[in-house]
Amino acid sequence: MSENILKKEERVAFALRSLYKKYGYLPYKMSKFEAYDLYVANKDFLVGDGVITFNDTDGKLLALKPDVTLSIIKNAGEESRKVYYHENVYRISGETKQFKELMQVGLERIGDTGVYGLYETVYLASASLNEISPDFVLDISHLGVLSAVLQDLGGDNAFRKEIMAKIAKKNAHETRALCEKQGVAPKKTERLLTLVKTYGDMQSVLKKLAPLCENEQAKTAFAELQAVCSLLTKTEFADKIRLDFSVVNDMSYYNGIVFKGFVGGVCEGVLSGGQYDRLMERMGRKTGAIGFAVYLDLLERLSENKNDYDIDTLVLYNAHTDLNVLSETVASLTSTGKSVSALKDKGKLRFREIVDLTGEERK
Amino acid sequence: MINIALPKGRLGEKVYATFEQAGFECPSIKENNRKLIFENAEKGVRYFWVKPSDVSIYVERGAADIGVCGKDILAEYNPDVYELLDLKTGVCRMAVAGKKGFYDDGGHTLKVATKFVNIAKTFYAGKGREIDVIKLNGSIELAPILGLSDVIVDIVETGTTLKENDLDVVETIMPISARLIANKASFKFKTAQIERLTECVGALIK
Repeated sequence: MSENILKKEERVAFALRSLYKKYGYLPYKMSKFEAYDLYVANKDFLVGDGVITFNDTDGKLLALKPDVTLSIIKNAGEESRKVYYHENVYRISGETKQFKELMQVGLERIGDTGVYGLYETVYLASASLNEISPDFVLDISHLGVLSAVLQDLGGDNAFRKEIMAKIAKKNAHETRALCEKQGVAPKKTERLLTLVKTYGDMQSVLKKLAPLCENEQAKTAFAELQAVCSLLTKTEFADKIRLDFSVVNDMSYYNGIVFKGFVGGVCEGVLSGGQYDRLMERMGRKTGAIGFAVYLDLLERLSENKNDYDIDTLVLYNAHTDLNVLSETVASLTSTGKSVSALKDKGKLRFREIVDLTGEERK
Repeated sequence: MINIALPKGRLGEKVYATFEQAGFECPSIKENNRKLIFENAEKGVRYFWVKPSDVSIYVERGAADIGVCGKDILAEYNPDVYELLDLKTGVCRMAVAGKKGFYDDGGHTLKVATKFVNIAKTFYAGKGREIDVIKLNGSIELAPILGLSDVIVDIVETGTTLKENDLDVVETIMPISARLIANKASFKFKTAQIERLTECVGALIK
């Protein structure tokens, strides 16, 4: 009974919290407000522009938090920390272009980002998606590989940024055109295009990827990706994890492994995360970190329980009804586990059955 | 089953012919009736016609798995979709046009009339040029003639309309053609079908 009362996103939130707790992550609770400075300094890290700001009583500019990760890093010291959170954030929604309150559950692993740490985070991301629906796909990419291949193309930052935008859209034709315009050697262009077009299970993609990683930086990144993948292949989610280099997060914050999760029936990614050592560096920390967030508001669209009825029983009464009879009727019905509504007028309410105490014949 | 959104009109019909040739035909689409959705279960395709500027919305929101959409719409609205192929049909360009002999001395705010507000803003922001965008919904060519704007940013196909109104292309912003786009989530769950269709259609494009 109580299972049915919880909405899909609420049930998932509980399941995820208990999952993260099981792996030694501690709960992290933050306040609704944060100093605006924090977000200005790391504006590009935020998913969208736009922060709701207001003045505190002392005139200090505060913001309704658009993000949780930045606050966790700010408050974390140099020691390793594993935390999970369940918070509302305030952002401009991609669809409506208006501010929305969005529910997020996520975790951050600060420090200890060796191969095992990376693997465990990606594994927990898969397990999180599995809690939402077994029909899921988790796409992983490694920005180290991508950045090595991009460096090799030459050109300036603006050029590489443009190429990244094309890669994110799996736009091979315009990537090729851009490279030609820039005068990149055809062999290097082809290498990049293989990266853009390659999509599939871990083993087959790694096989195609190996010959593309020629320089030291690429080889190191590839070895790390391979090591993480070889652990992931042994898990129950192996066939749902794919390698996809179109998953690109901002390289001035993220490095290493990044990933995005999709579940059947939701038209956009419901999980997003990655390794963000660069952000840590920018915030004066020496350790690395990795984390992800699940966007619970998107799960509303998965609502499987479209009820045909609002309540089980409608008890109709009027001014002539004996209130003792009414209260007894309601009490006896609710005690059988039914949901009951005692009303004078049924309005548009949808009910399974009706108990009429008005003393009139129903039409 | 892949849901395919095609743009109503000549471009859509031309694109459908390519899809048909690639082996994704749906004969019922040619019957002259008022149906909106056409399905060929055997080939695993379901087509529907929508307003050209709405294709990217259907695809971004997942109502269609893939669709065919002009680059102008993609550049203007930047929907979160994959752009898998340049279909090289419906070819034209996005350009800045002004009265014959127009010269931008850079001394004052440039008044730009256009349907494509974001494209115009991005283009001029890239040059660091201050502009005043005037959003119009049609007959853009009138704006410079009546002095409403200095220039226009619009699609130029042959340039005939411009010439007849004593206007000239000042510079080209980007080439435009029809693109095959895909919903990101659909691509994950229908990878094999979408990749096969992309490959078969891609093989027919010269």
